[in-house]
Amino acid sequence: MPFLDIVDLSAGYGGAPILNGVNLSVGKGEVISLIGPSGSGKSTLLRVLIGLTAPSSGQVSIDGTPVDYASKASVRALRRRMSIVFQQFNLFQNMTALANICLAPVKTLGVAPAAAEARGRELLASVGLADKADSYPDQLSGGQQQRVAIARALAMQPEILLLDEITSALDPERVGEVLDTVRALAATGISMLLVSHEMSFVREISTRVVMMDAGRVVESGPPAQIFTAPQEARTKAFIGAIIRH
Amino acid sequence: MIDRLMAEAPAFFTRDTAAFLGLALSRTLLMTVIGCGAGFVLGMVLAVVRRSRAGWLAPARVLAAAYVELFRRIPFLVILILVLFSVQAFAPDLSLLGIAAIAVTLAATAYLSEIVRAGLESVPRAQVEGADVLGLSAAQSFWLVILPQSWRVILPPAAAFMVMFIKDTALASHLGVVELAFSGKILVNRGFSPLYGFGAVLILYFLLSWPLGRMAAWLETRLAVSRHR
Ligand SMILES: Nc1ncnc2c1ncn2[C@@H]1O[C@H](COP(=O)(O)OP(=O)(O)O)[C@@H](O)[C@H]1O
Ligand SMILES: [Mg+2]
Repeated sequence: MPFLDIVDLSAGYGGAPILNGVNLSVGKGEVISLIGPSGSGKSTLLRVLIGLTAPSSGQVSIDGTPVDYASKASVRALRRRMSIVFQQFNLFQNMTALANICLAPVKTLGVAPAAAEARGRELLASVGLADKADSYPDQLSGGQQQRVAIARALAMQPEILLLDEITSALDPERVGEVLDTVRALAATGISMLLVSHEMSFVREISTRVVMMDAGRVVESGPPAQIFTAPQEARTKAFIGAIIRH
Repeated sequence: MIDRLMAEAPAFFTRDTAAFLGLALSRTLLMTVIGCGAGFVLGMVLAVVRRSRAGWLAPARVLAAAYVELFRRIPFLVILILVLFSVQAFAPDLSLLGIAAIAVTLAATAYLSEIVRAGLESVPRAQVEGADVLGLSAAQSFWLVILPQSWRVILPPAAAFMVMFIKDTALASHLGVVELAFSGKILVNRGFSPLYGFGAVLILYFLLSWPLGRMAAWLETRLAVSRHR
């Protein structure tokens, strides 16, 4: 049984359909990359999964348990197993890096502050920012902020991590450090569903690549197949356009 | 002119006059601080209600919006008179100062709720989503994430409003509250030169407003420098 199972998932903003019946499953320890043109609904899919945008129909289950997005308790339970990192980091500007990381474990998981802090420092060290514990977000570079954001998501000890174009807002010379962090993370066996435009990275890290267009999954398969022998015309066109760049 | 001032000086510069003016000053200060303090808390409640999304709060949202729109448009003197007549009907024993404090609260609530609302809205939606996905409750995200980031937008205009409202409390003299402005008039009626009576009042208003204004300016620069503290 897949760890995360998405069946016929649809959603929209104020009536306009954006997702039109997405079917996708993520196994334990799988790293799945979503690719596809801008506006194809990749971010919306991740937002629906984490409970920020309401689905209009369809079913999501995690480890066999269906998620009821209309129920606060069900969404809260989901968010103990699933975390997300955004393109714009969304670190709390009024807190230090360490406080950003410790806040939710203490307030929502009931971890003792001292234990949360020790774990927070470990996580900061693991993303190469041991010396930035007391820095505020506006004192950090984009790449550093994004690594703090990853550490903050990991502090919840999620079983699956969603990453939405986490390097798109970074200066080019900062992209590498964040990708290294994700690479190290993938090796730990955590499940990941990520959206990225870094195609060589996607090709290297993914167990499976999923092509989306117009709110649907067009095609999915191992990276070698999607990048070198795509079956669908839209995938061919998309990959072709990227490679020509 | 100078002769008259010289002649009155021994009678004016007395402990009695000082006590009289001190009491009036404390009334002005009390009305402002109680009214603006309570108004700030109530204004924050209204601002939070107006931000809420829950369906069952919809009537409260409409009432809060109507209150704010209405009370920002009524002259303060009219609010004072309205409170005077309503209080006399329900709680005839309430002091004039209490009535004035309630009126200040009603007006300050409407203005300060708009100031608080602008402050809360200045925090990007993404900050709330960041808190949401970590499983924080709406209350936790308000107290721990949104409010701390709103202070820098809220405090400077809130302090400026309070400084400005110190002057408006003079209207309470129409009710018979012997606050600072009224005390000047009383001193003149007692036979002192207007230069003494209103001169003293002018200086006291200034001494009240100036430090508060400086504090507001200081807050503004201090909060503008750093986004976080
Ligand atoms: N908050 C929103 N309100 C209305 N429409 C939105 C909103 N967010 C995204 N959309 C629309 O949904 C569509 C899919 O967007 P998105 O999921 O962000 O695509 P992608 O991440 O693949 O670029 C786009 O047409 C976009 O304009
Ligand atoms: Mg997107």
